Amino acid sequence: MDKSEKIAFTLSGMLLILFFGGIVYAAIVEDIDVPTCITNMEPFESDTLFQTGPDSYELQMVARMWSFQPSVVTLPVGSTVDLYVTSQDIIHGFKIERKNVNLMAVPGAINYMRVTFNEPGEYLFACHEFCGAAHHTMAGRIIIEPEMTEGP
Amino acid sequence: MNSDTFRFSKSIKNLNSLLLILPMVLLFIGIYGGLMQTMFRAGIIQSDPFVGGDYYKGLTFHGVLNAIVFTTFFAVALGNALIPYSLKKHLNSKIAWTSGIMMLVGSVMAAVVILLGEATVLYTFYPPLKAHPLFYIGLTLLVVGSWLASYNWVPMYLQWRKENVGKKTPLAVVGMMTTFIIWFIATLAVAAEILFMLLPWSMGLVDEVNVMLARTLFWFFGHPLVYFWLLPAYVMYYSFMPKIAGGKLYSDMAGRLVFMMFIVFSIPVGTHHQYMDPAIGAEWKLLHGIFTFGVALPSLITAFTLAASLEYAGKKRGGKGLFGWMRKLPYFEKEKWFFAYLILGLFIFIFGGIGGIINASYQMNTAVHNTAWVPGHFHLTVAGPVLLAFLGGSLYLIGQFMHKEIRCKGWALISPYVYTVGLFIMSYGLKIGGLKGMPRRTNTGASYANPDSILYQQDWIFYIDLSVIGGVLMFIGIIMYLVSFFGTVFSKSSSTEEGAVITFPISEPYHDEPAKWLRNFKPYIIIAIILIVLSYTPVILDVLEATYGGSLPYSPNSPVPLR
Ligand code: HEM
Ligand SMILES: [Cu+2]
Ligand SMILES: [Cu+2]
Repeated sequence: MDKSEKIAFTLSGMLLILFFGGIVYAAIVEDIDVPTCITNMEPFESDTLFQTGPDSYELQMVARMWSFQPSVVTLPVGSTVDLYVTSQDIIHGFKIERKNVNLMAVPGAINYMRVTFNEPGEYLFACHEFCGAAHHTMAGRIIIEPEMTEGP
Repeated sequence: MNSDTFRFSKSIKNLNSLLLILPMVLLFIGIYGGLMQTMFRAGIIQSDPFVGGDYYKGLTFHGVLNAIVFTTFFAVALGNALIPYSLKKHLNSKIAWTSGIMMLVGSVMAAVVILLGEATVLYTFYPPLKAHPLFYIGLTLLVVGSWLASYNWVPMYLQWRKENVGKKTPLAVVGMMTTFIIWFIATLAVAAEILFMLLPWSMGLVDEVNVMLARTLFWFFGHPLVYFWLLPAYVMYYSFMPKIAGGKLYSDMAGRLVFMMFIVFSIPVGTHHQYMDPAIGAEWKLLHGIFTFGVALPSLITAFTLAASLEYAGKKRGGKGLFGWMRKLPYFEKEKWFFAYLILGLFIFIFGGIGGIINASYQMNTAVHNTAWVPGHFHLTVAGPVLLAFLGGSLYLIGQFMHKEIRCKGWALISPYVYTVGLFIMSYGLKIGGLKGMPRRTNTGASYANPDSILYQQDWIFYIDLSVIGGVLMFIGIIMYLVSFFGTVFSKSSSTEEGAVITFPISEPYHDEPAKWLRNFKPYIIIAIILIVLSYTPVILDVLEATYGGSLPYSPNSPVPLR
């Protein structure tokens, strides 16, 4: 192996190790992770939203051809949501724009992600897996309301 | 007989020509579908003006015909060409024809049911969407036919090794064998998915199917599938390109190392397509992510080796200085039209490779998974380097097997440039649109890009329109190519059949080390199997443990199950 080849191989390897370091950093220091295997949850067939703490909520969302239930969720700014998603029929996809939430909704399995909304506004979520003829109409919104100013 | 020519039998020449011409027709249908998609997405059309049906039927034949049918045929044709040629041995023509006919029948069968609208399930055919059983049978025939083709090569390879103890197997043969070793291991999973799960379920013999398990088996196959596309292109890069450029392959050992690394790392990485899936532990997803970085390494090595080979060629042609050699390469030489297909593909692959590393980067996948970014990315790989190398290869092979002078070389030379410009425009539109949240596999024209819809997304429109412009240019590029290809096919033969020999531009190595440890596939296959077992056992166990209930089949047109 000649010298330049050795240098190229070493640099390539180091580059990949560097990238990998980035992943580990994001996982450990920034606490950003991907969905994992959920086994401690009863299967659900309809949607529910309830409060679990001062700023925290649990949302169980159901995807079906061709809507999300609930399709509009309104929460105050600063809310942290434990989000569970499943499908009642075929595979759907769920991604909240401008947020690190991206989940496949698969029948026979429950998917989970925690998300905090610190910015008020409207967040579109669009189904991103082909789910039949009206797939492109399957979407919903999360509306994060600004802090209520204390009234008199 | 001269060592760089070979006399193929007439029957094999006819077979190989057929294996190149029929998929070219199917590719045209597939690419036409791509053009229509860009129009649907912008709201320019609401139904397909020629073959009828909606966006998703078009998307299904686009994906299946381009990415599965065309690519498989070309890989088989290239193997049927390079293996006999490099080993100077004849194919068993009965096996070769049987394989070819199975592939032809299977592909046409699948194409017909898709065009009839009976299999609108996209090229991933995820259950519980159900296709007509003939769709699954057609795909199975295509895959089994391709297996049969490669079984034909194994005895030739073993015989050659016996007769040439101590000699290195020609690099092109190593590359083609690698391609089909990976293909064989990977397709076992999808064969199991189809034969034991989907086919009986689609025929009504079993009621329910475990969707996550089917999906996981699909992606066991789905990632190595991309190497099945890429490796024949690598074979042409390593063995043809340096010679066409007027130089030598910088390092023969690097080529061999790269192929062996692909055998080891191509398969235990499939769950990187399932980072956002339920029922698979995040730690196993991370493990697959690490191996994915392992499989990025051979591509980085390839980038170095090919650039060094081109530098050598450019300097031989009079290029001076650090970058002067780049200007001396034969980009626009009509007689070297093939070079344009290869070099443009390599250039595109810089962007395709960066995109791939982004997608593979675990959490970063959250930002892009299933958005339009993803098709934006993979058109820069499969519809870029792979397509261009396969088109260049098809034109070269058809000229050789039919003994014809290539017609309209000017068109053949300009085509990849037009296509590449269009590709960058379209992919840019899709990728940025995706980062803004635009989903993939979505007929945006009927909702998000329709000003009358409550879902209208003003800030996606510019990017959707860009992809129309890019798509039109890509389509024009392909038409220019087809003029040259079919012009060649239908032209008069340049030589009499009898005396005709076939030749390929096989490069010589510049550095040629003995590399004894890279001469045998066996240890690498064993390591691959160990890694597959280690990385897939926990994934399958997770899926089986965390899923409940099975799924009845659905049609894409109704929310009520079919039974
Ligand atoms: C004129 C050339 C082409 C155009 C205009 C084009 C356009 C498109 C567009 C707009 C999509 C995105 C659809 C969506 O996600 O909603 C797409 C998907 C796709 N394209 Fe192409 N494409 C072209 C050529 C090719 C080629 C040559 C290949 C492969 C060799 C290819 C493989 C694919 C695949 C596999 C998909 C994904 C299908 C799916 O998600 O099910 N395309 N194409
Ligand atoms: Cu959908
Ligand atoms: Cu992959």
